[in-house]
Amino acid sequence: MSLPDLFKIPPLDKLGVEERINRFCKRSIKKEAKKHGLHLALSMIDLTTLEGKDTSDKVKNLCYKARHLHDMLPGIPDVAAVCVYPNFVGVAKKELDGSDIKVASVSTAFPSGQSTLEVKLSDTIFAVDQGADEIDMVISRGKFLSGEYNFVYDEISAIKEACGKAHLKVILETGELDSLDNVRKASDLAMYAGADFIKTSTGKISPSATMPVTFVMLNAIKDYYKHTGIKVGMKPAGGISTAKMALQYLVMLKETLGNEWLNKGLFRFGASSLANDILMQLQKQESSYYQSLDYFSKD
Amino acid sequence: MSRIDLNKNWDYSEALEGTNHIRLKEKYNLFIDGVFVEPASKHYFKTTNPATGEVISKIAEAGKIDVDLAVKSARKAFKSWSKLNPKERGKYIFRIARMIQEKAKEFAVIESMDGGKPIRESRDIDIPLAANHFFYYAGWADKLEYAFSHQTPKPLGVAGQIIPWNFPLLMAAWKIAPALACGNTIVLKPAETTSLTCLKLAEVIEESGLPKGVVNIVTGAGETGSEIVAHPNIDKIAFTGSTAVGKLIQETIAGTDKRSTLELGGKGANIIFEDAALDQAVEGIINAIFFNQGHVCCAGSRLFVQENISEVVIEKLKDRMSSLVLGNPLDKNTDIGAINSREQLKTIKDYIKLGKKEGGKIYQSECEIPAKGNWCPPTLFLNVSQSSRIVQEEIFGPVLSIQTFRTMEEVIEKANNTPFGLSAGVWTEKGSKIFKLTKELNAGVVWANTYNKFDATSPFGGFKESGIGREGGLHGLKAYLKFDS
Amino acid sequence: MKRIDVLKTYKIFIGGKFPRTESGRYSQIKDDAGELLANMCLCSRKDFRNAVVVARKAQKKWQSTSALNKGQILYRIAELLEGRKAQFIDELMMTGSSRKQAKAEVELSIDRLIYYAGWSDKFQQIFSSVNPVSSSHFNFSTLQPMGVISVIAPNDFSLLGLISVVAPLIVGGNSCVVLASEINPMISISFAEVINTSDVPHGVVNILTGKRKELVSHFASHKDVNAIIYCGDSNEEIYEIEMLSVENLKRVKIYKRIDWERKNGQSPYFIEKFQEIKTIWHPTKV
Repeated sequence: MSLPDLFKIPPLDKLGVEERINRFCKRSIKKEAKKHGLHLALSMIDLTTLEGKDTSDKVKNLCYKARHLHDMLPGIPDVAAVCVYPNFVGVAKKELDGSDIKVASVSTAFPSGQSTLEVKLSDTIFAVDQGADEIDMVISRGKFLSGEYNFVYDEISAIKEACGKAHLKVILETGELDSLDNVRKASDLAMYAGADFIKTSTGKISPSATMPVTFVMLNAIKDYYKHTGIKVGMKPAGGISTAKMALQYLVMLKETLGNEWLNKGLFRFGASSLANDILMQLQKQESSYYQSLDYFSKD
Repeated sequence: MSRIDLNKNWDYSEALEGTNHIRLKEKYNLFIDGVFVEPASKHYFKTTNPATGEVISKIAEAGKIDVDLAVKSARKAFKSWSKLNPKERGKYIFRIARMIQEKAKEFAVIESMDGGKPIRESRDIDIPLAANHFFYYAGWADKLEYAFSHQTPKPLGVAGQIIPWNFPLLMAAWKIAPALACGNTIVLKPAETTSLTCLKLAEVIEESGLPKGVVNIVTGAGETGSEIVAHPNIDKIAFTGSTAVGKLIQETIAGTDKRSTLELGGKGANIIFEDAALDQAVEGIINAIFFNQGHVCCAGSRLFVQENISEVVIEKLKDRMSSLVLGNPLDKNTDIGAINSREQLKTIKDYIKLGKKEGGKIYQSECEIPAKGNWCPPTLFLNVSQSSRIVQEEIFGPVLSIQTFRTMEEVIEKANNTPFGLSAGVWTEKGSKIFKLTKELNAGVVWANTYNKFDATSPFGGFKESGIGREGGLHGLKAYLKFDS
Repeated sequence: MKRIDVLKTYKIFIGGKFPRTESGRYSQIKDDAGELLANMCLCSRKDFRNAVVVARKAQKKWQSTSALNKGQILYRIAELLEGRKAQFIDELMMTGSSRKQAKAEVELSIDRLIYYAGWSDKFQQIFSSVNPVSSSHFNFSTLQPMGVISVIAPNDFSLLGLISVVAPLIVGGNSCVVLASEINPMISISFAEVINTSDVPHGVVNILTGKRKELVSHFASHKDVNAIIYCGDSNEEIYEIEMLSVENLKRVKIYKRIDWERKNGQSPYFIEKFQEIKTIWHPTKV
């Protein structure tokens, strides 16, 4: 697929975007809808650990949590995936053997992406060889902001090829892209270059995921689908820490892309503390008391 | 906990706003001279919930004698009210603003129950705008000398005010606040299908300590309104409603010294250019015609979309319409509430029939229509022309006519080709286009890259048959003052 | 047994907090009979410097708060001051006002706050304009607040004067650092408590106590202050201020002998004086 003319991106109006999002946040999700939504949200989480101080034990604990979110609440779904640095893919793969939970690995000199193509390719190939089901790559923001779109496009294509059977998520790092127009531009670029998912952030800078950037990306996905028939997935990452926020994102997803996208195949939350907040909400719905984090494991 | 089937569609559950905290009487009397009094005829009429058909309360019917009493009381109160230190006048109005804020939820619930609009709108738009309107005009009371250079403005006297059923509390605020700030006293009649929030406002006015007779509320239907308009001892008539009734009023007061301001009907043109932010423009179309079920004088009820993007826009529009929720106005997730009355629903349905007869292609969103109550799903008419009646006449419902255009000159001409001139919308990201269009469109309110935005500081009113005079902002003071020159 | 009163300690008001002066010094405020009323902080230039940093930080956000919000906040200050009327009457009487005078001053202060609350969303309509330039441009002039303003508050009318100078500044979107009246600085700190509980964002109003002769030069020379207000009639101080303000072309407003009780003690021009005018052009031809 060739690159469309990115200098002619469809304009957007920021205030209009914010007003639409305001409507999403006014939806009141209660009772059965709340329970269903929270279960959905849980099933879409990529449980993440991407710290300089990660160890095998830390990753093992995370994988255990992924498989046993809260055994005291029967009937809740597993998370979608666990997301780690490439050198822990092997550990995670072993711990998650037998479950449906995927192993996602960051790569391409995450989080900055400031390195050569060789390094980025070998980073990716290593993770894939170790068994990663999904690769979360970062785009070269510097090149993007200086207008070298072909460079960014070629890089994504190359990594996509190196992924083989693994799914490619392309992280735009929206917090560095300055404007919603740029977010739209980068989304289109990533999708035409072959992304299976587009992702907002590395989670390493602020701001990470926000509703406005996510909304712009969802609309990009919609227009891309109308033009090509290809369904690309969406992953907002970082900053979504409460069940309430997760539900607002799901409302936005439902009303923009429709029910077809409301599953872990096409939508993920990149989050760590979100899971516990959702579990607290579910527990509250059962017992009708407000909960405390003391009663939920912190891994 | 039972396992949830994540393959099933995720639907919103009912999220009803609680109603057990509101206080409603079984019967409401007229508010004259600071107290609630029975109508001379002892007649009451029912007010119902248009979503369910249930009777909510009984409202007093004011006749000639009651109107006369109200005007006398207003006239008497005017003597002291107009001489009161203006800053003290302002303080009364500030009190009213604050009390509305305190009782905001109660007002919102009653507004939705009585009128049919979604609670989300009454809670987030109607009631806050109403409170802010009082807040804004309270501040003008002691500053009138600055508003009009080289003038010593004085109040007019007693104002007779008649308001419609589409924004009951907000319209009451638009009328009462500036009139009081300028030192006038008031006799006001709310619409007969939506009197309740006005009567609750009367309770607030009572609580605020406003001197008796300064504001009088007389409830009733068209006949009560005629009594007010014809009353010889009223100095000014302020009316919001249909163009037909507006003309009747002008005829009634012709030859008298009565002043009038009118805010009448409209058939707003909403224009989308190829260089618009399309997704936001589509949202703008939705806000323009489906806000308040299209019961809005300034609704963008004529869509003009540039031909080369019309297919994309219409597809996006239909897509967006599919996520609109029609249902119980008290459900927080409802986007489209009930049509205010059976009469209005019949009017809308007649226009829809007419539209089909005129050759228009109809599209309506698939909504589940509740068994009881007055409902109309969001409706589009494609394939209509400038001469179709549904394109020319005000429908006052969730019905949008869609025409395409090719050039700027063409769309400006078509947009202006109407006896109405209340509002218009322009969607383009090109600045100079915005300025050109806004300059050429003959409408009192022009929205660029937005629609249906209201603010107490922003003057609102129409050209041509959409009315005379402005409400809101500094310009809105003129309606209630007289000047030496 | 007579109950022992808890005496009040008056600190200064910076960034929504009440610290002591970093200099550790104090000055004694006495009544006409020589009785000690309070030990007030004797502020130094460092307190002023700290206050300016805080005021600058707060000003941008305050400027972009909606006019409606600003008006509601000022009205809230009035509500709270009304609730504390008795305390303020007592505090004015401490420095020699009669009860009648004190009551009148407090009531007028409350009404003045309401007066300016009412201007928050109206002064723009009076002072802005659309200009009919002869070329095909849409040309409009809008107001923008000057920024951070240092204020030498009136020595007389310790409450009314303070409010009459500060309210129009902040309703126009500026932030300020105020040197309180030297005669009754206590009441300005009590007023700071009212401000602090009225939703006024921290740092928008900062109040210092101390001596004019020590602080005037700093109030006038600080290069990150956009304008200065001086209430008084010492020609020496006025000269000093005007000279020192030249450094960064600070806008200087001198309020000499204004009778804050009279009608001309309030007007929208007190707001306008601290607004810059910005004129914007845009083509209208397609």
